[in-house]
Amino acid sequence: MFNRRFMLAATAAAMMAATPAAAQVEIQWWHAMTGVNNDVVNKLAQDFNATQTEFRVVPVYKGSYPDTMNAGIAAFRAGNAPHILQVFEVGTATMMAARGAIKPVFQLMAEANEPFDPKAYLPAVAGYYSTSRGEMLSFPFNSSSSVMWYNKDAFRRAGLNPDAPPKTWPEVFEAAKKLRAAGFDKCGFSSAWITWLNVEQFSLWHNVPLATRANGIDGFDTELRFNSPLHVRHLQNLIDLQRDNTFSYSGRTNTGEGRFTSGECPIFLTSSGFYGNVKANAKFDWANAPMPYYPDVAGAPQNATLGGASLWVMGGKPAAEYRGVAKFLAFLSQTDRQARLHTDSGYLPITQAAYEQVKASGFYRENPYLETPILQLNNKPPTENSRGLRLGNMVQMRDVWAEEIEAALAGQKSAQAALDAAVSRGNTMLRQFERTVSR
Amino acid sequence: MEKRVVFDGKILPYALLMPQLLITIIFFYWPAAQAVWQSFLIQDAFGLSTEFVWFENYAVLFANPDYYRSMLTTLVFSTLVTVFSLSLSLLLAVQADKQIKGIGAYKTFLMWPYAVAPAIAGVLWLFMFQPSLGLVAQSIRALGFDWNPQLNANHAMALVVMAATWKQISYNFLFFLAGLQSIPKSVIEAAAIDGARPVRRFWTVIFPLLSPTTFFLLVVNIVYVFFDTFGIIDSVTGGGPAQGTTTLVYKVFSDGRLGGDLGGSAAQSVVLMVLVIGLTAIQFRYIERKVQY
Repeated sequence: MFNRRFMLAATAAAMMAATPAAAQVEIQWWHAMTGVNNDVVNKLAQDFNATQTEFRVVPVYKGSYPDTMNAGIAAFRAGNAPHILQVFEVGTATMMAARGAIKPVFQLMAEANEPFDPKAYLPAVAGYYSTSRGEMLSFPFNSSSSVMWYNKDAFRRAGLNPDAPPKTWPEVFEAAKKLRAAGFDKCGFSSAWITWLNVEQFSLWHNVPLATRANGIDGFDTELRFNSPLHVRHLQNLIDLQRDNTFSYSGRTNTGEGRFTSGECPIFLTSSGFYGNVKANAKFDWANAPMPYYPDVAGAPQNATLGGASLWVMGGKPAAEYRGVAKFLAFLSQTDRQARLHTDSGYLPITQAAYEQVKASGFYRENPYLETPILQLNNKPPTENSRGLRLGNMVQMRDVWAEEIEAALAGQKSAQAALDAAVSRGNTMLRQFERTVSR
Repeated sequence: MEKRVVFDGKILPYALLMPQLLITIIFFYWPAAQAVWQSFLIQDAFGLSTEFVWFENYAVLFANPDYYRSMLTTLVFSTLVTVFSLSLSLLLAVQADKQIKGIGAYKTFLMWPYAVAPAIAGVLWLFMFQPSLGLVAQSIRALGFDWNPQLNANHAMALVVMAATWKQISYNFLFFLAGLQSIPKSVIEAAAIDGARPVRRFWTVIFPLLSPTTFFLLVVNIVYVFFDTFGIIDSVTGGGPAQGTTTLVYKVFSDGRLGGDLGGSAAQSVVLMVLVIGLTAIQFRYIERKVQY
């Protein structure tokens, strides 16, 4: 209700504003950014509109990530999709498979003669949104990664060194036990997004396959592989530690993040995008560190992958409008703008140049926690197992995986049985997805 | 001599019926037919590729053990919510029907929750019972009870049942109160003069006279639990943990809207439609006989 009214108001405002210069071509941009990031989006559109008179970008807030994606899909089915749709990373495979519905960004830029070099982007970012032939299909916008946040005051209280956070999983378990003994008895450590961090990122970070065919990047005929001994061992550890609250489950999404800022959980794994919240709400000394790994796994840690979202250009629009979209994307990728976006929003700088610029400015000396996710992404050149992941039906699949993990944590299933079930149920969904896209 | 009025016109009666028929067709038969049609298709989210598969979506659905689990969950959930919401609101209505001071305010407060959107109601309950931050949850935990709706399916079920019941009590209360107030005082007084105590008066006189209201509410409540509760479930538990609170309608919502599996979701909603039609038919066939109008 609110969304619709907001949209009407936004559209009405846009129409009124557009009236004097009737020649302006309007570019609709649907997004899911709230709070500070919504302001950033509006500011970007405003700045772009001020640079020229031919086009006019109109940002419209469409609700949460799934809401925005669904709104875009529904609008496409009804024949009036927006020009630009922000889609979260788990929707990537769905968008990529919808060949008739999207306009690949590399093609758009080439047709409009706008400068565009996929090599300018951080490899982990470009790889995530490119085909196996290296063609970038969507425009990276707000990218994040996962990190381990920790409470330095709590570390001091438990006799741990606040400047040497645990690096490996066994060290995290040890630290969490000490923290528990020091009074954090409800939660030694926890994790938001249980599957993203403990299945998806976990696989990439340890250079073990999450699924075959380079985690789905090389084709939709992929099969899940995360019921390996390493995955089972990790889940079993979580189950064992859950018994005395050394590990405490915080749900499937990030709703449990408040447990870190309130001081209840002194170690918390979640997105680097949590930064704004921590900065505003944590009343203690905090920091973040790279995600832990099992030291006996050869090659670990490998490199992390992205969260966040990218901008998809929808298909079937007139060339004149695409010219405007291309201009806007070129505008977004300017180095200064990317650097500002990074330092304002806490999202990653998506181009190499922007990253270098921020680094040269000395910003990370004051704000090292904004660099942690970038260092993780760039840790090593990506392998078959760590380029990213691209699985269809991902939104639904994550729920299914989480269900099985919950059953294991609640003691209804063994770790092996839960992961086997998650893999086999996921495979059924992958086959269904493959079937709907292959024609 | 025949006194009946006979209209000769063929067009006028149809014209008069038309608006009602149109509304029914557009808002009920058309979407229902769409759902049935969609349930025979396998389609990608964008509608770019469509394959007609006859009953495959149904076959997949009925071969899925999770679907039977969610049927069981629905049975537990709907029974609990219906029983609690009907009995609690009847209790409240009976109390509000007594001669007490400030009855107007009392009634108004009882009706308020109905104006709250299901999702908001869900979030309110979530805030109170969220294991680490919720006020109520903290006191439960302080008493030594390991309250954990994020992993314990029974706790999660208790939470959604409470929220769904709370949401429906106002509506039931309103009808029960109206029903109670329409019972002639003379009947109750006569029973009192005959020496019947309040409890006996209630069960032998008042409750039978309330039976049409109760029956109506039973049907409405079951339909409510089946169709209107996914907002609450979505905001409180998201169907978890481990599908512990995934009811049939929530599954339709999550598979179709979140998962983009339109064919499967349509098949589920057709099954759900058949179930509710059957349930309503049974209610009217067997339970309504016990109703005294």
